[in-house]
Formats: sequence, structure tokens, C-alpha cells
Amino acid sequence: MSNDQIFISTDTPPAEPAALVDDFTPTLITQANHHLCPGCGEPIAIRAAMEAIEELELARSTITVFGIGCYTAFAHNLDVEVVQALHGRAPSVATGIKRMLPDGFVMTVQGDGDMVNEGLQEVLHAAARGENITCLLLNNGVFGETGGQMTTTTTLGQRTKTSIEGRDPHQHGHPILLSDLAATMDGAAYVARCAVNNAGNVARTKRYITKAYESQMAGAGFSLVEILTMCPTGWFVDTLEGPDYLQDTLAPVHNIGELKTPLVQQ
Amino acid sequence: MSTITVRGTVVIDVEACKGCDLCIDACPPRVLEMTNHEVNTRGYRYPRLLAGCTGCQACAQICPDFVFQVYKYDTPQELPLGESSER
Amino acid sequence: MSDRALLEGSEAIARAAVAAGCRFFTGYPMTPFTKLLEYMAALLPEVDGVCMNAESELEAVGMAWGAATTGHLAATGSTGQGLSLMQESLSEITNARLPLVVFNMARGQGDYFQATRGGGHGDYRHIVLAPMDVPEAVELTRLAFELASQWRTPVMVLGDYYLAHTYQAVSVPSIEGAAPEVPDWALNGSSGGSGSAKIISPLGGGVEGEEGFDLGAHYAACAAHIQEMSAGVDPLVDIGFCDDAELVVAAYGSVGKFVRYACLRLRDAGHRVGYVRPITLWPFPSKAVHDAVAGAANVAVYEQNMGQMVEDVRLATLGAVPVEFIGGPSWDHSGFGIGPDINVPDISERILEAMT
Repeated sequence: MSNDQIFISTDTPPAEPAALVDDFTPTLITQANHHLCPGCGEPIAIRAAMEAIEELELARSTITVFGIGCYTAFAHNLDVEVVQALHGRAPSVATGIKRMLPDGFVMTVQGDGDMVNEGLQEVLHAAARGENITCLLLNNGVFGETGGQMTTTTTLGQRTKTSIEGRDPHQHGHPILLSDLAATMDGAAYVARCAVNNAGNVARTKRYITKAYESQMAGAGFSLVEILTMCPTGWFVDTLEGPDYLQDTLAPVHNIGELKTPLVQQ
Repeated sequence: MSTITVRGTVVIDVEACKGCDLCIDACPPRVLEMTNHEVNTRGYRYPRLLAGCTGCQACAQICPDFVFQVYKYDTPQELPLGESSER
Repeated sequence: MSDRALLEGSEAIARAAVAAGCRFFTGYPMTPFTKLLEYMAALLPEVDGVCMNAESELEAVGMAWGAATTGHLAATGSTGQGLSLMQESLSEITNARLPLVVFNMARGQGDYFQATRGGGHGDYRHIVLAPMDVPEAVELTRLAFELASQWRTPVMVLGDYYLAHTYQAVSVPSIEGAAPEVPDWALNGSSGGSGSAKIISPLGGGVEGEEGFDLGAHYAACAAHIQEMSAGVDPLVDIGFCDDAELVVAAYGSVGKFVRYACLRLRDAGHRVGYVRPITLWPFPSKAVHDAVAGAANVAVYEQNMGQMVEDVRLATLGAVPVEFIGGPSWDHSGFGIGPDINVPDISERILEAMT
């Protein structure tokens, strides 16, 4: 539909009566200007996570445990209580918190390097233990913060700084499908994987995150939402190509969908 | 003179934008368009709004830098095509 | 009300910890730390506390870290190698300014450096308390939780196989008492949505008006805190017979008790020998050691390792008196640190040699 380039003024709210349906920054994110790269998917995921906290009125009982990665920049930008953990250890820290505050709402925010490389045993043990916490895995298939090296979720053929010609199973081994692994744990109640590379997937991410939170609120046990995020810088692609790169490189291996849902979902 | 129905509009925080383009493809009616030469004080191009916004929030949901504020008109507006944009 | 009972060291320590208000404990089984974990697993549920059998030492110290952020008194522990696995977290917990008591039921005395210098990265120090027997361990456990809360820092109680498994009659405070109030820096979620939600981070708090954190400023503040702690914590030390001593013998922990007894017997036999037993290993009681040995011709350090505390004793004397190491590793086939050399005749012989 081409129209002859009439640009609407977007400097101020409309004069005509209208409802504000989406404000700039979610109330639970205090600092809008963050340093994450243009086209990064992580702020989109964190926004969805914070909107769900607000909608479920959990802000005053939430403690979020951050791993270490690009998203750590948000640890100081949220209006929920935060504990900064060491690389990979967030699920253990979250366990200690939840055991002492069983009525509190405890979640982690981690990347694939944090959770699937450094902290694989932490998240799997938490899942096996049925710890009633919610872990969010922001999976972009690379170590973003250090400039795009291979992680355990990098897919075969994917080029990174440490798999220059593309990940080769003989040399670099095979990717770990974390959500599929976690879903096999009897203590896991809700496990789902989604993405933030288009508006539809962002809405799905928000839905899955909400269901994971509700699973924790219902005391159903361990919940995990793996969110595929774009990392144009770490993927050596233009920001505009990020969404398709995710669709073509990560999504075919890390399949989107709900892998496990609690027997009785409140 | 034909008109175009406009159900919503946005306010764009131009300075917050990092020119990542994600909103352009995310917008279902494709009424966002990046500037060609104009850039914000950080040197990033930014999106501009054409007529036809439905207030669906796709741009706001996909934007990594929270650049959009989205409004839905109480009653859809009829915008005559060809009228200058800077009312 | 405290009643007197014949308790295994591990149980006495567990009871003292719970009495001090510890409400979270976690650990991974490893001899001779295991019994402490078992006793805590039995005791904590009685006071609505939590004891977790962690799947690894890495996860144990992580869980204790989380529990500590809620303001409830938390503790963990292990033995030698297990402590090695925890060092990264212990360093960061120090920078996150969290109270935590760590029980190292060591094998032998080879962990002195790890305990007092810290095996983790960066500039950090921990308070270290080394009991010589069960009654002293009960008191130092209480003190450890007090110091941890007061200074918001990890405090280590450095025990060993003897302490863990020796039964002794002790008076142990009852565990019925209420745990101390949760401090206001603690998290429980309630500051969420207030515009300034709390954060506990080894990277420091946020910087007003700017995103992210200022690591430099935070590390400077942590360094200042450690200086303050180093000067502010009153180091405990046990000194005897030093006024007219020709030779002063230095030793710590269970081994220190044997050395002390050897000195007592040598005194009875007319030998002018004194002893100094550091109880607080960090901050090291340098001044007290310096004064205690000032009049002596020689100082001899007896440790069951290759000589570690000897360095602190040398630093304390600053060359004023020659300091000789008369200890050495003493292993048995179990490797649990029940050294054959830890017997009074052998120690006395070495002391007499050092006097000539």
C-alpha cells in the first residue's frame, strides 16, 4: 500500500481523544537508556518479563537473580529487588532465597553462556529438585558480552569468533537443547521456548512467561522459559537481518513451543 | 478526495532510538519508515510514521530501546490523502 | 539456660550455630565435615530452619549466598578441596557485603593460607577463628555469627578432624531461642515498585542518575571496609608463660592444644618455655605475638604443614627475634590429618631441640 509519503507528527501525544495503550518504558524498568547494542533482543525479553510481573501484581514480592552477560546491565535498571549472582550460579542463589522466602516470587535472568555453559549443573539440579522458582534463559547462541564466541547452544554451521568456519560437530561438538533437557526432569512443571524476533513471537513470549509465573505462584515446581534473542553484533549481521537469522539459525534447532505444562494449570 | 482510516498513532522518542530498523518490518500495516539522512544527536537514523497506524503496539513490543508510546483513537480518524503532514 | 552434655564436636558446633540464630545451612558431604551437615539436617527443622544437601559445593555456597540476602543467618562449610570450590563465591560474597559463616573442618593444617589469605580472586580478606577444642568451638561459633552480622562479611571457623569427632562435655546454649531480627538491608521483595528497589550485588549498587554500576568506586569502598575490619576486629590470642620465656612456641587449633600442654609439662620440669596460640587467624594478633616474644631468645612455630603460620609470626616479630619452624606435615594413611606426630613427647622433644 503506497501512499505519497505523508508523515504524521510524532513529537507529542495526539490532540484527538485517544487511549494510551503502551507507554515508552515499562514502569518496572527505571533506566530506559541502556548500553545494549542496536537490535539486541534482550531488552525485549526483559520488558516482557517485567510487564508480566506488573500484570500479575508481583512487584512487591519479586526477587530477581541475575546471571552475568549483556543483560546484567539491567540488574541496576529494574524497580524490583535484585541479587546479582556469579556467572552460572543464579539458580542456586535463587534456591537459597526461595527456601527462606517461600511466599516470595523468585526468578532468574540468565544467558545461554551463563546457564548452559557455566551453570548447567545449577539449572538441571534446580529442575530435578523441583525448586519452585522461574528461570528465564535468554538464548542468542553466542557469548554476546565478550564479542560473539561460541556457546553450548551455538548451532551446527553457525559462525562465531571461536567457530569461524561454522560450528563443526567433530571439532566443536553438538548444541545442547536446554529446554528439552529440563523438560525431562520430573521436578520441572512448566518448560517453554519462544523468541522475540517479531511482534507475534514477543506476544507468545509474554504468554509463556505469564504461564511460568503462574506455575510458580501455584507452587507447581520448577519453571523455565527459554527466549531466543537477536544478537546482530555477535552474529556479524546487520540489525535488520537479526530476526531472520534467528529464524533460520537458532529456531530450527531450538524449537519454539511449550515442552511441558503443569498437570493442573490454575 | 480519498481518505485513509487511521485508528492510532505513536509518539517517538527520537533521541532514544539506536536505528536498529526492527520496528519497520514488525509494523503490520508497514507505516513506519526510517529516515534517510536525518539522524538523532547520537547519529542514529530513526523511524517516521506514515498514515495508517492501527495502534496495534507491534512497534513498541519489538523495540529494544522503548522508543514508542502508542495511542488508540477513541474514534478512528479519516485522514485525507495528500494533505501536508505537519498540521 | 544451657545444659551440660557429652557431645561430639560436630554436634556441639551445630547446636551452637542454631542457638546463635542460624536458620539456613547447606553443604556437600565430605569427611570430616559431613557430621556437621548431618547434625544441622536434624536440628534446623526443629526451629523451622532449612538445611539442604547441596548437589555440589559450588551450589552449596550459592544457596547460602541467596539465603543470606534475605537477612536470615546462613552458613555452609566443607573440607579443604570443597572449600577450594567455594572460593570464587566467598570472594564475591565479601564484595556483596553479606554475612555468612563458613565451617572448614580441615584435614590437617595445610589450609592455613587458603583460610587466611583467601583462595579467591581479588583484594578481600575474611575473619578466621581457629578453636583448639569443642568448648572453644562452641564459643567461637557464637562469635562467628556475631561478627558476620556486625561486619556483614563471611567469617570462617577453621576446625579439623579432631574437633569434628572428639566427644567432650560442654555446656551448649539451648536452640529454642528466637533468631535475631532480620536487618533492614535484607531483601524480601517489598521495595519493588517503590522507585528505588533494593539490590545486593558484588558489583555494588547503582549510580544515581546513570545506568549500570561504578565498579571502581565499589571496590574502593570494599577495600576501605576490609581495612576497617582489619583494625576493628579484636584478634583473640591465648598466651602463657612468656614473661620469662627463653623460647616461645607458636601453634594454633587442635595442634595448639597439644603444644600448650607440652609447654605446661616442660615448665613443670623447669624449662623456661612459653606459648602463644593465635585464635583469630585473621586479623592476625600481630601486636600480641610481638609483645609476647619480645623477651625471648627464640621463637619456634609448630604446625602440621610445611610452614604457613610461621610467616605471620615472622611478620609479627619483624626480625626482632629469630623464628624457627619446628613442625612439618604429619599424615596417616587415611589422609584425614590425624597425624601420628601429634603427641606430646614428640612435640616436647622438638621444643627442647629448639631451645639449644
